[in-house]
Amino acid sequence: MAKRVSLSGNEAVAFGMKQINPDVVAAFPITPSTEVPQYFSQFVANGEVDTEFVAVESEHSAMSACIGAAAAGGRVMTATASAGLALMWEMLYVGASMRLPMVLAVTNRALSGPINIHNDHSDTMGARDSGWIQLYGESAQEAYDNLIQAIRIGEHKDVQLPVMVCYDGFITSHAVENLEMLDDEEVKKFVGVKREAPFALIGQDPVSMGPLDLPNHYFEHKRLQAEAMKNAKKVILEIAAEYEKLTGRKYGFFEEYKMEDAEAAIVVINSTAGTAKFVVDNLRAQGKKVGLIKIRVFRPFPAEELAEALKNVKAVAVMDKADSFSAAGGPLFAEVRSAMYGRADGKIVTNYIYGLGGRDVTTTQIEKVYADLFNAIETGKYEVYNYLGVRE
Amino acid sequence: MNNRKMNITPNTTWKETTPGGVILDAGNAEDFKTGDWRAMRPVWHEDKCKHCLLCWVVCPDNSILVEDGKIKGFDYDHCKGCGVCTKQCKFGALDFVPEE
Repeated sequence: MAKRVSLSGNEAVAFGMKQINPDVVAAFPITPSTEVPQYFSQFVANGEVDTEFVAVESEHSAMSACIGAAAAGGRVMTATASAGLALMWEMLYVGASMRLPMVLAVTNRALSGPINIHNDHSDTMGARDSGWIQLYGESAQEAYDNLIQAIRIGEHKDVQLPVMVCYDGFITSHAVENLEMLDDEEVKKFVGVKREAPFALIGQDPVSMGPLDLPNHYFEHKRLQAEAMKNAKKVILEIAAEYEKLTGRKYGFFEEYKMEDAEAAIVVINSTAGTAKFVVDNLRAQGKKVGLIKIRVFRPFPAEELAEALKNVKAVAVMDKADSFSAAGGPLFAEVRSAMYGRADGKIVTNYIYGLGGRDVTTTQIEKVYADLFNAIETGKYEVYNYLGVRE
Repeated sequence: MNNRKMNITPNTTWKETTPGGVILDAGNAEDFKTGDWRAMRPVWHEDKCKHCLLCWVVCPDNSILVEDGKIKGFDYDHCKGCGVCTKQCKFGALDFVPEE
């Protein structure tokens, strides 16, 4: 039976890792993800897991050790944030292209510089094209649920890709929330005791991995890798359906909140969705037709499904907690507007860069976004690119 | 080649290839004819050869063929023409000539 617990996001993730009982965890501490390997190394020291814990000298080494262990056929997990993720950069691509399922918990934190330890999404948004599946969660509950499902998604025979489980640094990682945890036995049954690796460096049928790949084969391997990401869409929904049967908690590519008859909608990622839902409820009480979409799966990007969900709105504001310095909007905006093109045309689509470096996002600010959208619907006049909450 | 689990060729498509370029077969370097890299070719003169086998010892590509303790010739499919064998031969049994 599931049990109600009060845990921080990092605790929920560390306890989830304990229930998964992976073969190897190689990790290096960095705020605000430090607690994950800290708690987990206690489980190792207490003999509560069978995991080999590798204390490494950097995040590049952490990801390298994870890749080695996954190539040997092991089930592998780690955690990081911000500059730690950046130091893994080269190895993120290596792990994905070697088609090694691993699960990396990322507590989203601003990427330098100037140096800042607080939450925004500039770390994982930068890694969006590294070939990793990216799941995002609003709460400790969602971080835990995504972590358990990530094992199955990545290890599925049609996928064989690493997965990032992203949740907001401090806001979600350190705030204590009530959540429901599965029993150890239920988790063990859901993820299986061992990873079944189709290829491994050790075992009955050893192979060579990570060869030099020149122009006459590299392209075919990348094309095959792209297919795995396409396959992941179907697999993510299948695993979510199975998880729903177990827990009663429903997951998809994104959550639609009061979208049925919404005229003005915002698209948002992670904890800000909680603040925005409060605003949606207040505006709905005033009779305003507002809704919200919270992205759970950013890689693979659910383009068709998102366009379908937005086809009846008049105006949509896409909220980016990262700037891509493209002079043409943030990363989520670029993806959402591109997804709508040819599928949900004729809409007002605007972009708000917000909350950089942990700047608080208030209900007043979210109300302003909806007010801007209604004003745009009425007058036809609006700015596409906006910064929300910066001192003008 | 015939007993390979997978025969990767220049025509292998993305649907046929292995994930991430995993190599399923050990010892597959034999399948890859590297001899066409060669700019210089070692030429063996059997009449001057004492079969000391020092050339066989220094060859980095295992391209000098030996049977029953005697040199039999060169594996030109894999000899890259580095010339180490010709350099060490004390009996003038190995020439080193440009490829044509």
